[in-house]
Amino acid sequence: MNKVYGSAAEALDGLLRDDMLIAAGGFGLCGIPELLLAAIRDSGVKDLTFASNNAGVDDFGIGILLQTRQVRKMMSSYVGENAEFMRQYLSGELELEFNPQGTLAERMRAGGCGIPGFYTKTGVGTQVAEGKEHKDFNGETYILERGIFADLSIVKAWKADTTGNAIFRKTARNFNPPAAMCGKVCVMEVEEIVQPGELDPDKIHLPGIYVHRLVQGTHEKRIEQRTVRAA
Amino acid sequence: MAWDRNQMAARAALELQDGTYVNLGIGIPTLVPNFIPEGVHVTLQSENGMLGMGPFPIAGTEDPDLINAGKQTITELPDTSYFDSATSFGMIRGGKIAMAILGAMEVAENGDLANWMIPGKLVKGMGGAMDLVAGVGRVVVVMDHTNKHGESKVLKSCTLPLTGTGVVNRIISNLGVLDVVEGGLKIVELAEGVTDAELRAATEATIVN
Repeated sequence: MNKVYGSAAEALDGLLRDDMLIAAGGFGLCGIPELLLAAIRDSGVKDLTFASNNAGVDDFGIGILLQTRQVRKMMSSYVGENAEFMRQYLSGELELEFNPQGTLAERMRAGGCGIPGFYTKTGVGTQVAEGKEHKDFNGETYILERGIFADLSIVKAWKADTTGNAIFRKTARNFNPPAAMCGKVCVMEVEEIVQPGELDPDKIHLPGIYVHRLVQGTHEKRIEQRTVRAA
Repeated sequence: MAWDRNQMAARAALELQDGTYVNLGIGIPTLVPNFIPEGVHVTLQSENGMLGMGPFPIAGTEDPDLINAGKQTITELPDTSYFDSATSFGMIRGGKIAMAILGAMEVAENGDLANWMIPGKLVKGMGGAMDLVAGVGRVVVVMDHTNKHGESKVLKSCTLPLTGTGVVNRIISNLGVLDVVEGGLKIVELAEGVTDAELRAATEATIVN
């Protein structure tokens, strides 16, 4: 069984269709599957729904798919820093479902673990709770949130072996593991593919069972808010 | 006279308990680490997946894989650990984070907090704020007491969409410190040069003492 593909386009071959739900890893521009997003743009597939914490910036990340109007709906916690997103949202071209960040992460994790719903205190008494089932446990009120079962997951890791055992680097891990888990198929891009045995099995962050296709590539890794202190 | 941003942050730093794990929001709360009292060690959580957040990097050492929840480049410490977003919010939702220090647009006398949305204006989203206020042990709000029109931000009830209900424990404003208690707010402390009458005049909420 070969999981390694020669390019992002090849790794996505046969997996894309209009109207699909894609779970994407990344936080801001950190740890985003930038090569796979570019390949999805080039494929021309449209009316996509993305479960992704953010929507990129105008010319990077999911922002490149907004420019080409390939996205119909976003499930996100924070969508600032993207003027085209705001324009499409305010004009009604783009649907937006705000999720509290932890609720979004847990919805992905739950979906990946076969859990269709869970109760959380997050959002009780706010707009987020409207229309959702409320239930009391031990005298406190919780709302029902649903697991996300995505058609496709696209994620980015630092290194993986050829079987998909993956390691992330620093805060670039973020949404990548839960996003990887919740898709029927998961395609992962990495900075380096190594042979089985080269990664310490005790240090694997995401086991290869969650990863169906792999592609290695060169990443721009853009910094959104470069902040420094005096030496 | 009243506290400036740095003085508010310094006052907020006195809330930090030695040996605890704390989450700091965007804005004035990011100044709090500059004022942590000697002998107090706190571990800062960044909800994008890190415990043990260090200072901003020296120019030339920025790492695109190492950012805080405000997407700013940061550094790690010897006791830093990294984890995924589901684990990060698991520790928040699970009550493992002792305190969050957050900014606010409005706070009400019953502890309701509004800090994520102004209807009719550009909507950016709540990020992790709803999860934090619902999950952490104690919520301290740091904000200006009034808005730029001079209207109180410390209200009988919030007018903006809520981030959480009954979640705020303490307010540190440029005018002083107030606690959310049964029946309203209790004045704990006045800022330097601020009179009791000035604080009351700037507060729409019920003050019980």
